[in-house]
Amino acid sequence: MANDGCGAPEQTAVLPAGIDLGKEIVLGGKVTADGAPVGGAYVRLLDASGEFTAEVVSSQDGDFRFFAAPGQWTVRALHRSGNGEAKVTADGPGLHPVAVSVA
Amino acid sequence: MSREDVLVTAEWAENNLETPGVVFVEVDEDTSAYDGGHIPGAVKIDWKTELQDAVRRDFVDREGFEKLLSAKGIGNEDRVVLYGGNNNWFAAYAYWYFKLYGHQNVQLLDGGRKKWELDGRPLSSDAVSRAETEYKAQEQDPAIRAFRDEVVAAINAKNLVDVRSPDEFSGKLLAPAHLPQEQAQRGGHIPSAINVPWSKAANEDGTFRSDDELRELYSDAGIDEGKATIAYCRIGERSSHTWFALHELLGYSDVKNYDGSWTEYGSLVGVPVEVGPGTH
Repeated sequence: MANDGCGAPEQTAVLPAGIDLGKEIVLGGKVTADGAPVGGAYVRLLDASGEFTAEVVSSQDGDFRFFAAPGQWTVRALHRSGNGEAKVTADGPGLHPVAVSVA
Repeated sequence: MSREDVLVTAEWAENNLETPGVVFVEVDEDTSAYDGGHIPGAVKIDWKTELQDAVRRDFVDREGFEKLLSAKGIGNEDRVVLYGGNNNWFAAYAYWYFKLYGHQNVQLLDGGRKKWELDGRPLSSDAVSRAETEYKAQEQDPAIRAFRDEVVAAINAKNLVDVRSPDEFSGKLLAPAHLPQEQAQRGGHIPSAINVPWSKAANEDGTFRSDDELRELYSDAGIDEGKATIAYCRIGERSSHTWFALHELLGYSDVKNYDGSWTEYGSLVGVPVEVGPGTH
């Protein structure tokens, strides 16, 4: 897919064409508050030491997605209604689901 | 130059939305956020289609910049306040770009779109039109833009600051972790470069860290304030953010942004490349 910049691509639950889950590690999921999806949250990917790695904005349905290296990750969401975080371990290629609730 | 000269707070911005002579400009690579809701009265600049040449990999020329700003309704005397998504990456790039073409009266909105939204400040989807101007730009200022030969000559001689994430620096990834990793160029970094990710210069809400924190960050990393500095990343926008911190906030005298960055350097034939965590 054509994306030669650093702007965040549109976040969708369905992976864009051309992404090979046999090769790439994808961390993906939804931001929710009281079970309802939260769009427009700033979702930050932090590495095992808590260092910032990447940030996207959740879609209207609360979806987000990162491409990552193997390791332990924290996904932290910021929203005007509250913040929250969740941990996920990615040991190999594939889609690794992670859910984050904010309060 | 002080922090107040180059940054405005979200509070100041909200209080000056209708101040004559102040023009708010949202800059992004993907302008769909602007279309869904922007700071009331702000015009938009599309980083890709309006600031980059459509054919060559370079900026629009001086005449093109004059035409762009005139069409946006920005005058030479206007105070331009830039903001955007991605923690102000593209807004910082535009700031550097405005300075490159000689527009001195320009500021960044601290925290950009993120801080504005997290604060719950107003957004508007009303169309914005400003009367056309006759903007006049200067020739590009070579003091703040670095090209590849200068970067190769700077190895082991100047401060080279690689502001990408550690995994991009080491060569493990070719792009930030939220983007597909399909680029063809080699991974790694320019030998002797010091890795200080741009994100260390920012707080969680997107605002810049304090001057004291920034000074400590760069001196602890081994950047010698007495030497000239060149910052780079992948396409030059994150390094604009660090260029802003070093040159505009801390006042380091000789700092250039290498906008060719890793997408150029990592594809060059005949240049040295280092992989791994680096020697600094």
